[in-house]
Amino acid sequence: MSGETTGIGNDGPQTVGTRAGAIGAPMERLEGRAKVTGTAPYAYEHSFDGALYLHPVLSTVARGRVRSMDTARAEAVEGVRAVLTPWNAPRLARTDDREFTVLQDGEVYFRGQFVAAVVADGPETARRAADLLVVDYEVHDHQVDPSAPGRETYRPSAEDTGVEADTEQGDVEGALTEAMVRIDRSYRTPREYNNPMEPHTTIALWEEGPDRLTLYDSTQGVHVVRGTVAEVFGLAPERVRVISPHVGGGFGSKGSAHAHNVVAALAARALPGRPVKFALTRRHMFSLVGYRPDTRHRIRLGASAEGRLGVLVHDVVETTSRAKEYAEMSGSCSRMMYASPARRTSHRLIPLDAPIPFWMRAPGEAPGMFALETAMDELSYACGLDPIELRVRNEPERDPETGLPWSGRNLLECLRRGAERFGWGDRDPEPRAHRDGDRWVGTGMAVATYPRLIMPGSEAEIVHESDGHYTVSIGAADLGTGTWTALTQIAADALGCDTGRVRLRIGDTDLPSASVAGGSSGISSWGSALVAAARAFREEHGNDPSVGARSRAGTPQNPDRERYALHSFGAHFAEVRVDADTGEVRVPRMLGVFSVGRIINPRTARSQFVGGMVMGMSMALHEHGVVDPRFGHVVNGDLAEYHVPVNADVGRVEAEWLEESDPHVNALGAAGVGEIGIVGSAAAVANAAFHATGTRVRELPLTPDRFLV
Amino acid sequence: MIPFVYSRPGDAAEAVEAVAGDPGATFLAGGTNLVDHMKLGIASPTALVDVREVVDDAVEELPGGGVRIGAGTTNSELAAHPLVRRRYPLLSSALLAGASGQLRNMATTGGNLLQRTRCVYFQDVTTPCNKREPGSGCSALEGHGRDNAVLGASERCVATHPSDMAVAMLALDAEVRVLGPSGERRVPLADFHRLPGAEPERDTVLEHGELITAVDLPAPQEGARSTYRKVRERASYAFALVSVAALVSVRGGQIADTRIAFGGVAHAPWRARRAEEVLRGRPVTETAFRVAAEAEFAEARTGRDNAFKVPLAINTCAAVLRSLTEVNG
Repeated sequence: MSGETTGIGNDGPQTVGTRAGAIGAPMERLEGRAKVTGTAPYAYEHSFDGALYLHPVLSTVARGRVRSMDTARAEAVEGVRAVLTPWNAPRLARTDDREFTVLQDGEVYFRGQFVAAVVADGPETARRAADLLVVDYEVHDHQVDPSAPGRETYRPSAEDTGVEADTEQGDVEGALTEAMVRIDRSYRTPREYNNPMEPHTTIALWEEGPDRLTLYDSTQGVHVVRGTVAEVFGLAPERVRVISPHVGGGFGSKGSAHAHNVVAALAARALPGRPVKFALTRRHMFSLVGYRPDTRHRIRLGASAEGRLGVLVHDVVETTSRAKEYAEMSGSCSRMMYASPARRTSHRLIPLDAPIPFWMRAPGEAPGMFALETAMDELSYACGLDPIELRVRNEPERDPETGLPWSGRNLLECLRRGAERFGWGDRDPEPRAHRDGDRWVGTGMAVATYPRLIMPGSEAEIVHESDGHYTVSIGAADLGTGTWTALTQIAADALGCDTGRVRLRIGDTDLPSASVAGGSSGISSWGSALVAAARAFREEHGNDPSVGARSRAGTPQNPDRERYALHSFGAHFAEVRVDADTGEVRVPRMLGVFSVGRIINPRTARSQFVGGMVMGMSMALHEHGVVDPRFGHVVNGDLAEYHVPVNADVGRVEAEWLEESDPHVNALGAAGVGEIGIVGSAAAVANAAFHATGTRVRELPLTPDRFLV
Repeated sequence: MIPFVYSRPGDAAEAVEAVAGDPGATFLAGGTNLVDHMKLGIASPTALVDVREVVDDAVEELPGGGVRIGAGTTNSELAAHPLVRRRYPLLSSALLAGASGQLRNMATTGGNLLQRTRCVYFQDVTTPCNKREPGSGCSALEGHGRDNAVLGASERCVATHPSDMAVAMLALDAEVRVLGPSGERRVPLADFHRLPGAEPERDTVLEHGELITAVDLPAPQEGARSTYRKVRERASYAFALVSVAALVSVRGGQIADTRIAFGGVAHAPWRARRAEEVLRGRPVTETAFRVAAEAEFAEARTGRDNAFKVPLAINTCAAVLRSLTEVNG
C-alpha cells in the first residue's frame, strides 16, 4: 500500500518529523497579498525593454485555403516589425498535429484559425496593421452543424482517449424488455467555454547561438507546454524554458499548449532577441484554446417497481474537430455510478469543421452526470420514490465495471448529511405545487463523482539552506486554486517544520518536472512527490541536516491503483425559484457535501467546491456558445453575450465535506477537489426547476423561455 | 485602432461646429458604447469631440413641476438624484437596472439615448450587416435571432435598442433638446429613435452635428403609480429580453390613465399606444391587462429564435399592471 512507502500514511501526517498540523489548517493564500496589491506577476506582466506585440489574423471562412495575402498596407504601418504569413513564417520540425501546425500552409480547418500574425512596437499598432491585411480564400463547403441530416459519426479509439469507447455487461435488451419501469430520454449540452478571467497569454523570447526559447506563459503545466513546443520546433527540451508563477484561472483550457504558443514562438524565432508579447482577446478565446463540445445523450433505464435498476444504457454522440480529435468521454460515469446487472455505454464523434475542443472542468463527468442524474430524477418520479432513496437502492457494493472494491465510497453519508442540512426530509415531491408570491419554488438533488487520479512523473527537490529554510522545488502550477499554500503545508508537515521555514518554488521548467494541473490530480500528485522527497531527505540527511543537504524523489507508484476503484463522491442540493410570469430562473440556495479524502487546506478547498458549484449553476442556466452554421463561428463570443453568473445570481452556496482519508490513493490520503463541484450541480438545478414548475428541460441551458406558459 | 484627433471645444456651439463641419467627426461623452465600437472596428471616427465639459450635468426643476436633465448628467447621478427618485422613481429603477456601476458612472444621459442598437452581427465586422455596411445584408434575419425585434423591424434590420433609461423616459413623455448648426430644436422622445425601415444605419432622427443638450420631463402624473420591470437571464449586467415601463392611475376601480413603454422588442424604445388605448376607462381586471398587451403585439412578427418574446412581453406587461393596481400592493 502506498501509505507504507512514506512517513505520511494512514495515521496521518504526525508520523513524519517532529512538527505537524499544517495540513488541515485553513491557511491564507501565501501569495494573496501580492495578488490583491497587483504585485504578483502574471505571464503577460513580465516587463522587458524592447518588447514587441503580436496581433493575429484569424480565418473568416470555416473551410478552405488561403490563396494569397496582400500584406503591403499592413507592412507600411509605422512600427510594424514583421508580418508572418503561411509562406514566410519559420518552418516547424513537427507538423503532424494540426493544432500546432501554425502558418505552415494555407489550409483552413475552422473559422477563427491563425492565418497570419503582425508583430509591432505596440499592441494597437499590431492590431491596426492586422486589420489592414487582406486575405484571399478559396472557400470550400463546410460542416459545422451536428444536427444537419446525414452527419457521419465514428468511434473514438481507446488509444486516444485511454478508455474504451463502448462497454456492455449482461443482457441489455432482455432487461429492457423485462423492466417494470422504463425511462428513455435524450439530453443535450451545448458548446461551453472555460473563460478564465486571465486570458491565455504568452511572451516568447528566442535567443540564438545556441538556439534557446523562453516562454512566460499562462498555463496549467509548464513542463507540458515545454514538451509540446520543444517537439514542434525541433529543440531539445532543455533548450526551452517555460515560466508561469501565477495563473488567473484555466479550468482545463490551459492544460496543454495551444496554437497561440506556437505563433508567438514563431514570431520570436523570426525576431531573435526581442521578446514578443501576445495576449488573446476574449473573442480569440472562442476559437483557439478549446471548449466543451456539444454533447448528446440517450439514456435508457429499466427498473423494478421498487426502483432497482435492471439495466442502464448511456449512448453519447459528441462533436469534434476535423483538425484534431478530442473525445469527451461523457458516458464513463454511467459505468461505475449505480448497480445494474445489465449495462451498456457507447461514444461516437461527429467530425466538424470547427475549432478544436479541449478540457473544460470535469470533461466527461460534467455533461455525463447532467444527463444521468436528470434521468435518475425522472426515474424517481416514474417509480414514485424519493430521489435520495432511489440512489440508496442502487448503491453498488463494488465498482460495477471492474468488480474492484471501492477505496472509499461514502456517497450515502454525503446524501444523509446533505439531506439533513438542506432540510430535505419534509419535502413534498409534487411538482408545480409550491408558490411564494410570483415565484414557483422547487428543490432538487443530484449526485457527483470524479476519479481519484494521481498522475505519474512529478519530482520534487528539497534543499536545506544556510538560514535554516528548506527550499522545496517542483514545477507545479497555481491557477488561483491555492497550490502555493497547499504544497507549502504538505512540505512543512512532511519535513516536520513550520510552514515559515518552507520556501516553495513552482511554475518554472528549471525546477523538477511536474504533471499538469488537470484531472483534479495536481495537489495529490505533486504532494505525493513532496512527501517522497521529504522522506528521502530525512533518510539521507537525518533531522539535523547540513547546509546544502539535498534530496530528490518522484511520485511513487501506487499498487493500490490496480486493487481498488478510486473515486470521489458528492451530493448536491439546490433550491430554484422560477418567476411564474417571466420564466426567470434564480437559484437562492445550493449545498454540496463531498467525499474526497483528506482536505489539505479547508479555505482553498471550499473555494474550489463553491466555484465548481457556481460553474455548474452557470452550466445549468446560462452557458451556450451559439454556432451560426452559415459562417461556422460562435456568434456570442464575448462576455456580454456569453453569460456566466454575476454576483447577484449567486445566493447561499455552501460546501462541506466528510472528515476522512483515503489510504489507497496516496500517502496523503487526499484526492483532488478541483472538478467534483461542477459534476452533478447542473442536474440538481435542473431537477429543482422541474420540481418548481413541472417542466422538464432536457437541453441546457434553462433559459426563461423554457418556462413560459 | 485607427489614429484619430481628439479635441475639447470651449462651448457647445463650438462642439457642434467642429462635428458638423467634419463628416468623420463624432461627439464623445462617457465613451461606454463608442469606445467599444472603435475597438471592435465598428466605428472609426477620424475626430472625437469631447463634450463632457460643454454640456450641462445638472438636474433642475422646471416651472410647472417638470425637470430638465443636462445631457452630461451621468446615469449614476441621475439615478440617485432626489428629484428623480421622488418624482420619477421608475426612471431611477430603469437606470439602476442598466449595465454595471462602473459603466453607469461614465455613461451620460445624452450618450445613453444615442447607444447603437444591439445585435451580435453588428458587433462582428466579419459578418454582413446593413447597419454597419449599408447594402451588405442582414445576418440576423436568418441567423441567431434570440434578441431580434418583434415589432417594427424591416427586412434590412431586426436589431433591438438596448437602453433601459430611454424606455422609462418614453413612458414619461420626455422631450429631447438638441443644438444644431442652425440653432436649437426640441424632439419628443417618441419621435427621436427611428425604426430601421430602409435606412437601418440611422438609429435616430438627429442630423450629423446635432448635439443633445438636455432632456425635459413633464410634471409627474398626479396619483399615478409607476414601475420599471426588466426581464433578463441573469440578475444583473445583462440586456433586457423584454422590459416594461408603466404608469397607471386608477379611479373607482377603473384605469383613469396609463402610459406604457417596452424595451427589447424593437429598434427603438416602444410606446404601447394601442395597449394604453384599450386600457383607458376599463375596469381593473387581469383580462383587461392581457387584452391590452395582446393588442399591442397583434402585429408582432417573430422568427425561429424570438417567438418567446411575444408571450414574455404580454406576461410581463400584465404582471406589471397587476402589481401597479393591487389595492395594497
